[in-house]
Amino acid sequence: MGKEKNHGKKKFSVQKLFVYLFLIAGSLASLFPFYYMFVMATRINREINQVPPPFTPGADLVSNFQKVLNNIDFFGAMWNSFFVATTVTLGTLLLCSLAGYTFAKLEFKGKAFLFTAILVTMMVPPQLGLIPQYYIITSLGWLNDFRAIIIPGLINAFGIFWMRQYIKEAVPFEIIEAARIDGCSHFRTYWNIVVPTVLPAFATLGIIVFMTVWNDFLWPLVVLRDPSMQTLQVALRSLNDARQLDYGMLMSGTFWATVPLLIVFLLFNRLFIQSLSEGAVKS
Amino acid sequence: MKAAQSTQIDPSKKPKGNREKRRTALAAYFFVSPFFILFLIFGLFPMVFSFYLAFFRWDGLGEMTYVGLANFQFIFNDPVFYSSILNTFIIGLLGTLPQIIFAILIAFALNSALIKFRNTFRTIIFLPYITSVVAVAIIFGVVFNNQPFGFVNYLLSLADIEPIRWNAEYWPVKIAIATMVFWRWVGYNTIIFLAGMQSIPKELYEAAKIDGATISQQIRLITLPMLKPITLFVVFTATIGSLQLFTEPLIFLGRNLREEGITMVAYLWRDAFVYNSFGTASAAAIALFFIIIVLTVVNLLITSRMGRSKKVG
Repeated sequence: MGKEKNHGKKKFSVQKLFVYLFLIAGSLASLFPFYYMFVMATRINREINQVPPPFTPGADLVSNFQKVLNNIDFFGAMWNSFFVATTVTLGTLLLCSLAGYTFAKLEFKGKAFLFTAILVTMMVPPQLGLIPQYYIITSLGWLNDFRAIIIPGLINAFGIFWMRQYIKEAVPFEIIEAARIDGCSHFRTYWNIVVPTVLPAFATLGIIVFMTVWNDFLWPLVVLRDPSMQTLQVALRSLNDARQLDYGMLMSGTFWATVPLLIVFLLFNRLFIQSLSEGAVKS
Repeated sequence: MKAAQSTQIDPSKKPKGNREKRRTALAAYFFVSPFFILFLIFGLFPMVFSFYLAFFRWDGLGEMTYVGLANFQFIFNDPVFYSSILNTFIIGLLGTLPQIIFAILIAFALNSALIKFRNTFRTIIFLPYITSVVAVAIIFGVVFNNQPFGFVNYLLSLADIEPIRWNAEYWPVKIAIATMVFWRWVGYNTIIFLAGMQSIPKELYEAAKIDGATISQQIRLITLPMLKPITLFVVFTATIGSLQLFTEPLIFLGRNLREEGITMVAYLWRDAFVYNSFGTASAAAIALFFIIIVLTVVNLLITSRMGRSKKVG
């Protein structure tokens, strides 16, 4: 028996080594593009165009970024992205939680039908209506206007579904009833009782929405044509579209656009991963 | 609304009166109305209008001219349209199939009991997902540069392979774009699978180990069957994601989007916003719509055949 146990242990450590090697290889593959981006961001074109290409950082981090600033309004675009993403996130959180509360706790005619309708809308791929959406935005005079991103961005079927599930579980009927009996209106019940109880759900949904808006590209590309209104993603693309590509400058722009998101991610790493996997597993 | 309600409720009874019911219903409709109003304007109406627009010639500014089925005839005679469908499927398959396999393997490795630094590995592998698609496409555009100094071409030159023109040849274009998709999403799916694996009871593995099951047997006989609902979810989202592929080819190929790498959404975007041909773009949108419907139905049929799960849903 002792022999068998030994045998088992030995086999285990070989496997363990294999598992570690696999994970390390995966991590390197994951990290390498970030590193390569940094290396390119610190080099000038002449160095990048050599064979072999450079694999260690150079000295031009600052001057490359200077060139980015000469070509696009980098900080302006970053502010635009931040403003739009924050507004959409706050608005979505309010509307989704309000609707989620309604579907979780209020009784009314047509509730089941309306809720099913919301779930069905999740199936509709947004790109299909792209052209009429563009037409509507034009007719409203919202071209090159943040309203073009913010107002349509507030519709979020997944958000309603998510908030309803959470509120259903987290807020007992008794508390709501007690509040009602004490004379709270439905909105006050929502605001004073439901909102404070579901703050974790706000954090989760907020991260998902913020990231989606921050990283969105197709819609901002279509409706924000004016360079001063562009979001970071669209501005980055215009760097990429130059005729003579300056790789050092290009990668510098991409690098500095990625860094803030990386920092936020590393700070809230756990919440991030948890929220995205929860959001996915539950949807 | 607030003040009126407060005095009329009898504190000893549950609010059950007709008035109260009506008030609740009113509040409810009011609370859910923003979604439906916005959806009608920015979701449903555009969909319907797309169907209408597909029968007109329109440049987005001037008059709309009714042209019957001419737009459909045009796109169905356009070889690039078929390329865009085929590309979408090829890139989708190349990008997602290996992605799902790798995600399961990495998740399994992360889930094995004796791994240290699990959180560190998990964080690193998840990192690509938070990067924007635009950034990913730009980075890989440099990695897959056509010139000998491009990173991948340099690696190939070490094996005496001639530089490949990554953004101009049939398979290289697809491989490069699929690599971007793979790199960005593999970590995300790993996390999803990992979450699923952690909900599998440990006893199952312990029993299997006592019975002398090898690792591959454990994966095949315990992990995979238990992960079926998660796998279906991942396949479902990956399918939808592949059909919507747009940013990677646009950044990688530029606004003229070569035939080797154009995808369906890219095709309709180019028709509309580069060629100002909104009618044919709408016709392409309708075609895409039916493809998505077919795939969704197939997906749903498979899902319901495999049985509903407790985990997803």
